[in-house]
Order: sequence, then structure tokens, then C-alpha cells
Amino acid sequence: MSELNQQMIEQYRTRFLQEVEANVEEGEWVKMCMQCGVCSGSCPLGKHWAHPPQEIFMMIRAGKREEVLTSDSMWMCTSCYNCIVRCPRGLPITHIMHGLATYAKRLGLAPKNQPTAKFAQLFWDNLVKKGRVNELKLGLSLYFMNGFGEGIKVAMKQQAIGLGMLRTKRMNPMEVVGGHAVKDLDGFHKMIRKAQELEDARIKQNAG
Amino acid sequence: MADDKKFGGYICTGCGIGERLDTDQLEQIALREGKMNLCRQHPMLCSAEGVQMIQDDIDNEGVNHVMIAACSRRAKVEAFNFPRVALSRANLREGVIWSRPDTEENRETTQEKADDYVRMGCAEVRFMEIPEPSGEQELNKHILVVGGGVTGMQAALEVAEAGYNATIVEKAAQLGGHMAQVYRRVPTRSPYVDPQDTQVADLVSRVMSNERITVYTNARVAQSSGAPGRFSVEIARESGETLNGSFGAIIQASGFKPYDANNLPEFAYGKTPDVVTNLELERLAREADGGPIKRPSDGKEVQAVAFVQCAGQRSDKEGHLPYCSGFCCTTSIKQAMYFKQQNPGCDTTVLFTDLRTPGAPGEDFYRAAQRKEVTFSKGEVSEVVSADGELRVKFKDLILNEDTEMTCDLVVLATGQVPNTGPDPYAAPLEAEDEEEEGGETAGEEATPQVSVSVESILNLDYRQGTDLPHLRHGFVDSHFICFPYETRRTGIYAAGPCRRPMDSAQARDDAAGAAMKAIQATVHAAWGQAVHPRAGDLSFPRFRKEGCTQCKRCTVECPFGAINEDEERYPQFNEARCRRCGTCMGACPVRVISFANYSIDTVGQQIKAVDVPDEYSEKPRILVLACENDAYPALDMAAMAGEEISPWSRVVPVRCLGSVSLSWITDSLNSGYDGVVLMGCRKDDDYQCHFVRGSAMAHERLSKVGDTLQQLNLETERVAVYEVAITDTKRAPQLINDMAKTVDEIGMSPFKF
Amino acid sequence: MAKREYSFYPGCSSQKGASSSNYLRSVKAMCEELDIQLNDIPDWNCCSASIGYAGGGELPRLALSARNIALSEQHNAGQEIVATCAACWLATRETSERLEEDESLFAEANQALAEAGLKLKNETPIKHMCEVLVEDIGYDEIGEKVKKPLEGIRIAGYVGCQTNRPFGIHGESYENPMYLDKLVDTLGAESIPAYEKKVQCCGGALAFSEPEKSQEMIKGIIEAAYDNGADMIVTPCPVCQMNVEVYQDQINETYGTKFKMPVVYYSTLMTVAFGRSAKDAALDGQVIPAKQLEAIANR
Repeated sequence: MSELNQQMIEQYRTRFLQEVEANVEEGEWVKMCMQCGVCSGSCPLGKHWAHPPQEIFMMIRAGKREEVLTSDSMWMCTSCYNCIVRCPRGLPITHIMHGLATYAKRLGLAPKNQPTAKFAQLFWDNLVKKGRVNELKLGLSLYFMNGFGEGIKVAMKQQAIGLGMLRTKRMNPMEVVGGHAVKDLDGFHKMIRKAQELEDARIKQNAG
Repeated sequence: MADDKKFGGYICTGCGIGERLDTDQLEQIALREGKMNLCRQHPMLCSAEGVQMIQDDIDNEGVNHVMIAACSRRAKVEAFNFPRVALSRANLREGVIWSRPDTEENRETTQEKADDYVRMGCAEVRFMEIPEPSGEQELNKHILVVGGGVTGMQAALEVAEAGYNATIVEKAAQLGGHMAQVYRRVPTRSPYVDPQDTQVADLVSRVMSNERITVYTNARVAQSSGAPGRFSVEIARESGETLNGSFGAIIQASGFKPYDANNLPEFAYGKTPDVVTNLELERLAREADGGPIKRPSDGKEVQAVAFVQCAGQRSDKEGHLPYCSGFCCTTSIKQAMYFKQQNPGCDTTVLFTDLRTPGAPGEDFYRAAQRKEVTFSKGEVSEVVSADGELRVKFKDLILNEDTEMTCDLVVLATGQVPNTGPDPYAAPLEAEDEEEEGGETAGEEATPQVSVSVESILNLDYRQGTDLPHLRHGFVDSHFICFPYETRRTGIYAAGPCRRPMDSAQARDDAAGAAMKAIQATVHAAWGQAVHPRAGDLSFPRFRKEGCTQCKRCTVECPFGAINEDEERYPQFNEARCRRCGTCMGACPVRVISFANYSIDTVGQQIKAVDVPDEYSEKPRILVLACENDAYPALDMAAMAGEEISPWSRVVPVRCLGSVSLSWITDSLNSGYDGVVLMGCRKDDDYQCHFVRGSAMAHERLSKVGDTLQQLNLETERVAVYEVAITDTKRAPQLINDMAKTVDEIGMSPFKF
Repeated sequence: MAKREYSFYPGCSSQKGASSSNYLRSVKAMCEELDIQLNDIPDWNCCSASIGYAGGGELPRLALSARNIALSEQHNAGQEIVATCAACWLATRETSERLEEDESLFAEANQALAEAGLKLKNETPIKHMCEVLVEDIGYDEIGEKVKKPLEGIRIAGYVGCQTNRPFGIHGESYENPMYLDKLVDTLGAESIPAYEKKVQCCGGALAFSEPEKSQEMIKGIIEAAYDNGADMIVTPCPVCQMNVEVYQDQINETYGTKFKMPVVYYSTLMTVAFGRSAKDAALDGQVIPAKQLEAIANR
């Protein structure tokens, strides 16, 4: 059977939906969408989504695995929770969008150079290191996220903000060295590692 | 005037009437001009004491005609209920003081209005007779149910439980109808999660074992005649045997015919056996009986199925049904569960444009299917192609806005219900359609837009106006969609189930209960000689002066309920138990020979005459308002309660229906110096609100020619206005009257004042 | 002994030298006046806010907040957890509810916590400071403490997203919550209940990664405050405060506007109204100074 035919057979079949249910945070809710579109109309960044949540849910049900997981759309979520409180079916849409983004990234399908994807990773790495977020280091790495030259440009643009924060003591240059941290850093790291292991095992089991 | 009439006038001074009006003057008017034999005032006439005062006069003074000048005739009806007495009401509260401002400069015109209403009340009651029951019907506790499907069986059981007898006539060999072919039904009790037993077998056994119910299968109604309380019906059996029965009322539960999917070649119906209708899938499910459902072409177990919603429905295309059948979304949800129940891995996709799941269980049942991973996709199917042992469903995904397709083993078309009704008595004959439009001589019935599909009669009525229940649209039986859903246009014959509107079996059972209750009520009212809705309890019925009748047949043609037949001498035969007492016949009669005991050309005509019409130079015009008692009159009452002002020049006369308005009332009023006439009836089109279905439409038709009369009188045509008024028009209704006052102001007073 | 005691989760942004350190300073002064004692959760960690999702999966993220709750249950037993940061409160409460609903996740979270020698009972209510003010203390008691009413100041109550959704304050509407307005009125200032952008998103963490898109929304928030005649904006959320305050120059550059709208915390307003100094109210922490508040505080 040709690849095209195979693809056609997968259309409007539930295989991808089941994959989402098993591996995506709150994914078991996707099937409950009733296609009213209130989520799409409620999203503050809605116009920037190539596929607003209503479409994402339909695409999952239509079996469009590649298109969904490589989409830039879920990364537009600002976590404002407007869709959640308005959904007449009570779908945890914000969480599903986060979950899809995470799953796409895990599979290496998330779009390259997606700024929010990168920032989210920087944020996570930053917090895991010391157990608490180091805003200065996070900011610096954010500026240089797209390479050194670009970083200098961004940094220059943000200089006035930085100065304002410094003046009001809401930014501390000494954070570059050391900074805040949890005391039981070892236990903290062990806990994160264990949680990661358990989650990996669960997804691996689902795949098998 | 007969000598045995004794008139009592009663004036209430409560609710501010006494403060606003000179009631002593009203009393003098009632006695001197209104010719009341006695007249009394009371500070609160509707109190037990006030009512007793009237009752004492009835008992001791021989008063049998009562004029009450108090509140609107729609208020305090329980208090002012005197059986075997003719009663009129002068509306001083809503009609006068509440709709006029309480200021010094208005005092004179307000008093004049009250004076006139007392004159009118007296004139009305003087020309009233006391209605007596005709005695034509007896109590016949036997109901005929035509159709032995779920609706008919449920109706018969309801009738039997109420202590009446029921006879079911079913044309097929078995009871059960279409539901007997259905595998499982949509659940009717919580939790709304899984399809349930149809309970048809249970219904059949309950019907068969009930001693009050007689069942004739392989049978049909060969002929029916008579009226509520005395329907005479001939039942023909396949064996050739004929039975005769007498019934108090009839319930038509003739159900539906499945839509013919051969009209849907684009969905490959008829080209491959793997495209089936929803009803045909029920058969496949019954055959599988809990095992895997197999596709008809090669017996392969179905691994993927697509449901095409609205197949041949909600579409203007030729051969399609223009309406939504209402049950099919929920049915497809149920049927998708057939597949999921047996094989959770089976891909089931419901392709819909608008998913509608009416009824309490609908939404829960929909969610239950979603939990079972039935996929619902908003898509418009354009084509189904059968190729290489599989079906390709081509559709436009309306969410993703793209043309796409899917493959599956089986396609189910969610097709709809076509009503199984007899021929519409008012369907325009195809060939004569053009003439009908041109001529209009018969002042006749409406031309229904769609010619009925069914031709075989179901009831075989011997009525002057045709053999079966009239239709409204698409072949469904006409019934008042807001107020009286079970009442058809043939009194004592009630439609229930899908012949009335598309519905599922749960709704049909509710419908059957409703129709059964109405049928019982109709037999009881017929036995008492009383009308059913909307004039329930009314004992009056149409009478005619035979010597004056010209046999023009207008009454027999225009009666909205086909109540009037013709006797051997071709005179009208009124069949009072079939009559709803609207008076459309009275309004139709050109020689004014038809009347009711308490409602006649005179009871209204004399009110019009009783009004004091001041001379041309007084600058006090008079506007006659004929307002339908069902909607327009209460709208004016409510307007008064809300403090809306109504022109001081208006004199409002309630009429039973605009259809009862005699043109003579209008010409007489204009001849006697009225300056304007306003007529208010109910909405009259396909979404009519007329309580007598066609009364308002008839009136509008007749009044379309009133302009000629006005021109003959050399009067401006603006002096007569006809409106459709709803009960909610509490601002608009007064405005329409006030507009006429303004018009009169502009065009000047009538030259016909004496 | 203080009248009320809570187990306090300050959060990363409130730390010394961090972006909302001024928030914490004014909260502390406010609590002193209200006789509230805040006992820090010892060795608390970051909640990962709403942006950590792409780096950590579901369970690692839940483990973060589970650790905080477990620490609170161990060291501040019996005390309700209070957070001042919207993201901290949301993440902690969300974790608590998710682990309550899902037994297997709860078991896995405890497996991870065991690595750090901790155990989660998950029996502790998690509150936002605004809930403490509105539900535990009440407007009347707050009103009684007002020494310097904030007369003549028109303040737009900007509730934002995460203090309002999906949990919000009990009894308030998601579309038009009124508690900030009531609080503003209680303090003697003039509220703007019809302020149409009170629950508009400011972009949250996307202010960093998608600055143009976020600043377009922030512009709308400030513009509507000006249109309603506001002198300043008040908010309960550190991200809202920062996003709406610090980008005004950039927005002015992009859109040619002349924004200079102070954005303060409710705790700033309360500390000033309670008669404390400008320093206690952390007014020196305003990038755009709130001069009307300074005037009252220095009076």
C-alpha cells in the first residue's frame, strides 16, 4: 500500500487521539470537545495561532499527527486560563496545550527556534540548577538565546529596563555569582531525577 | 324582546371606579337608557357579599340577564360565574379609568367613555339569550386509536388507565410499527450512557392483555362520520369483514414513512449494499444481536463506520426534506455505540453540520458517546464512493476548512421521517392552481404550498371539507403550535406522534399521553354540550334562520374546522360538537342568519348603536375597536394595567375571533357617524397564532374589500384599519388606536353624524 | 501572639534583589498592621510557574510544588499555605488538586519526594493573600485600620489572569471580579468597576519570548486605564505589575504613546493607607513613581 493510501486510512481514525490520551497531560479530555469554538474566541493571542485550540482538537481527531506536533500554535499559550473558565464542556484547555507542547518537544518535533520553547527550557534549566529562579541569569541567557550578536542587540534594547530595575533594587548584579538557592540541593535534584524517571517509564510503557 | 327576560345592572365602585367616575350617573343611564329593571352599586362587587347581592336578585327577583359594570371581562371570572344566566360586562376599570389620566381636563371624556360602556353592556345583555346545551351527544367512553405503533399503543394504554375503552386499528399484521424493527433505543432514564431495550414487546403485551383495549390488525378505517361524542366508524379488515363502532373521540397515530434513500445516489445508496439508512442499520444490529455487525456486501466485520447526518434533510434540493427530523443525531449516537459496545477499537465517525440532541438525556448521551471515543466531526459530506472493497466518504471539514475524505467499511445515512398522513383537504389541485389564484371567488381555503405525498386516506371522514386532517407544512398535521399542540382542525380528532411533527419514540409516548387526555376531555365536553378549547365550557352553538338562508355555502366552506356539513336539502348542518364557537360562519354569512345565543349580529351591532356619537362640531370623534378576545383584548387590558393611555374617543368591543366580524358592523358604524374603525386579530400566516387557525386570515381576506365600501360612502379608506396583534403587544396595541385618533384628527370628522 | 498565622510561600520573584522584592516589603508592613504572622516555608523551591512546562514534564513539575507543600506540612503543621505571587499560588493549588484527583500521580509524587526524605499528606489548604484579606479578614476590618484614606486617587483595579482564573476568589466572576475595586473603595480611593481590561492577559512569561505580541496587549491595558481617568493601576500579581510597569517606555517608542502610569500592588496601597512610611510601602521600588501615594505617605 502506498504511503499516501496509508495516510488516508489514518484520517479520521482514532489512533493519534489514543496516543494523545496516553501521553499528553490531560489528553483524555480531547475527545470531549464539542467544537463550539469558545476557546479560540477567548484566547488573547488567538490571532497569532495558526491553529487555535478548537482546530487543534479537531486535527487530533482527524489523525493529523505531524501537523499537530510540529505546530507553532500551542507555544502561543500565555497561560491566561480564559479558555478553561469559558469552556462549556470543562476541558482543561490550557493544560492540554502545555501538554501537547511538552510532548512535541520530547519527541523532537517542536518547531526549531521557537522562542517560547527555548525560553521555557531556559527557565526550567535555571530553576533546576539551584531550586530557585535566578532572574538575572535567566535574563542574560534569554538575551543570548539567539546567538551572541543578536543577544547584544536585545540587551542594548533592554538596557533601560535593566537600569530601572537596578535603581529600584529589583535586580541584583551579584546574582551572577552564586545567588539564591535551596539548601537541600542534593535532595532536590534527586527528587527531580526520580520524577523524570517515573514519567519516562510511563510513556515508554505506553509506547510498548 | 321576550317578556321572560329580567335585567339587573350592577355597578362596582371599588378599585377607584367610585372616585374617578360619577356612578350615580352610570346607574341612571343603566336604568333609563339601558332599560335595566333594577340597578345596584356595590363598593366591592367581586367580594362574597357583592356576588351574593347579585345571586339574591337572581334567586328572589327573577333576574336572568346580568350586566356587570366593573373590571374587564377577563378579570374575576370565577366570582362572576352565574350558571344559566346571560351575562355582559362593562369594562370600567381597565377600559376606562386605568387607561385614562386622572386629571381635571380629562374628567369629562373619561365619564363619557364610562357612560358609553354601560350603555354598551346593557345593549349587549338585552340582545342575549341564555345558552342551553343542545343535548345532541351522550357520554361515549370509547376512544378510537388509528395506528398501532408506539404512539398508538401508548395512547390506548393511557385511555384504558383513565377508565375508558380503546380500540386500536392497525393496518399491518402486527403491533409495534417502525420501533418493532429497532434493536435498542436511546435511554430515557439516568444514567444516559448505553442504549436500552425498546420496550416494544412490553408495550404489545400490556396492550394485548388489557381488557379495555380491543385490537384490530390488518385493518383500516373505511369510513367515519359524526362528531365528538358520536363518531360512527366503519372498520374494514383484510379478511373482508366490516365492523361498525361508535366512539367519543379519535386519536390519529399514523406515524411516519422512512425517507426514500433512493433519492440520494450521491451517497452511493442503492449502488452498494454497504450504504444503509439508519433504519436499515437497526436490522443489521438485530441480526448481529450483540455480536460483531457485519457489512452486507461480503459479511466482513465492520472495523470503521461513518454516519452521514442530515442525509436528504434540511436541504432545499429537490427530493430532499426541508426540515430537521429531530431524532437522527441522537439515533446516530446510539448506533455508533452498537459498534463500540461490541468492539471498542472500531472507528466510528459521525459527520455532522449541526449536532442537535434534544431532550433531557440528549447532552449526557452525546458525552457518553464521546467518552466511548466516538469521533464527532463537523463536516459536510458531498459524496460516497465505493471502490476496491471499501467506501470513501468525501466531505468538507468545516472546522479545518478543507476538502478531505476518509475510508470505511460501512456508511450509515441518517435519513428522516416523512409524515404518514391522509390527503390534505385544502391542497390545491395541481391543474387548477392558476385559476384558483386568479378567481378567488370561493373566498375559499388557503392553497398549501406543497402537495401532500400520501394519497391514501387514513380516516375517510365524510366531512364536507375532506376526508382527513388538514396539514400545515410538509404534510404534517396542522395543530396550534403554541397553545394547543394536540388539537387538530377537526374537533375531537387528535394527532399524536410523528404524523404531527418528527420525533423519537420517547417524545411520541409523551405525545400519546397528551392526545389521550385531550380525547377524553373532548368526549366529556361533548356530552355536556360544551365547547373544547379555547372557549372551553361554552354552551352556545351556531343556529340559523332557515327561511333567510340562501344556501350560498360560505359557512360550510369557511369553517376552519370543517364542522358544517350540508343536509339533504343543501342547508348547513352545524354539528355543534365539532364546533369551536369562533363565529367565523357568522362573519361569513352575507344574509346574517347565523347567530349564537349569547353572541350575534345584534349583541355587537346594538352595542355599536348604543354609543352616544356627538355631533360634528363637538370635536369628539368616535373610534370603534373590534378586538379579538384571545390576544388583542387582553393586550389592551395589560396595557391599561401598565398605565398606557388609550384614546378617549375609542370604544372597544371584544369579538370571539376576527373571523366572526360581520361586515355589517363596519358599514353600520360608519353610516352612523363613527370616525374610524380599528380591527385587531391574531397573526395569520403559516406561523399563525389565531386561536381558531384560519379566523384571522378569513377576516383579513374579507376586509380587503372594505375599501370599496368606503369609497361608495365617499369616505377616506384610512378610516378602517386591520392589524395583527399579539398578546405581548401591550405598547403597540394602544398605539394603533391612538394612531387612528391622529388619523381622524388629520382627515377630519365623519360627515355621517346626525 | 499574632491574631492569625500562615505558612508563607514567598516565591522566587520576591527574593532580595528580585523583580518583586518591593511586593514582599509592602506585604510584610501590611501584615504587621493586620496582625498577621507569616512563617516562611523553610527551604522552599521554585514552583516552575506556568512556563516551566516545556522543560519539565508533568510529574517533575508537580514534584516541585509537592515538595513545598510537604515542607510546609512538616515544619508549619496545621497552618494554611499563603502565597502572594499568582503563579506560585496557582501552581501549588493546581498540584494539590491534581494529586488529590489522581491516585497514581500522588503515589509517584511521593516516590520522588522520598528521594529528598519527604512525604506529602496533601491536606493543606492553599490560599492567595487576597483570599486572606477578603475572606479571612474582610473589608470592614481592613477599613477600620485605615488612618490615611487615599482620597482623590482614581485607581484601576487590574486583576489579570492567574489570580482570577481558573480558581479566583470565591464568589467573584471570572469576567468581572470586583474585589480589587471594593478594596480600593475601602481604602478611601476611587475605584473604576467598569474598567474593561481588568482581566485582560498581559502576556505573562511571553513578554520575554514574544515581546511585540505581549506589548500590544499591555498597551491596551494601560490605554483603557487612561480612558477611564485612572491615576494609577493596582494589581495583585508580580508578573502583571512588572509587565505593565516596566515596558511603558518601549511601548511609547513603538506606538508613539506617552504612557507614564504607575502600577502598584494592593499591599502598597494598604501600607500607605494604614499610615506607614513610603519606605515600608516600598514606594522606592516603583520604576514609575507613584507620586500621589508618596505625598500621602510623607504627610
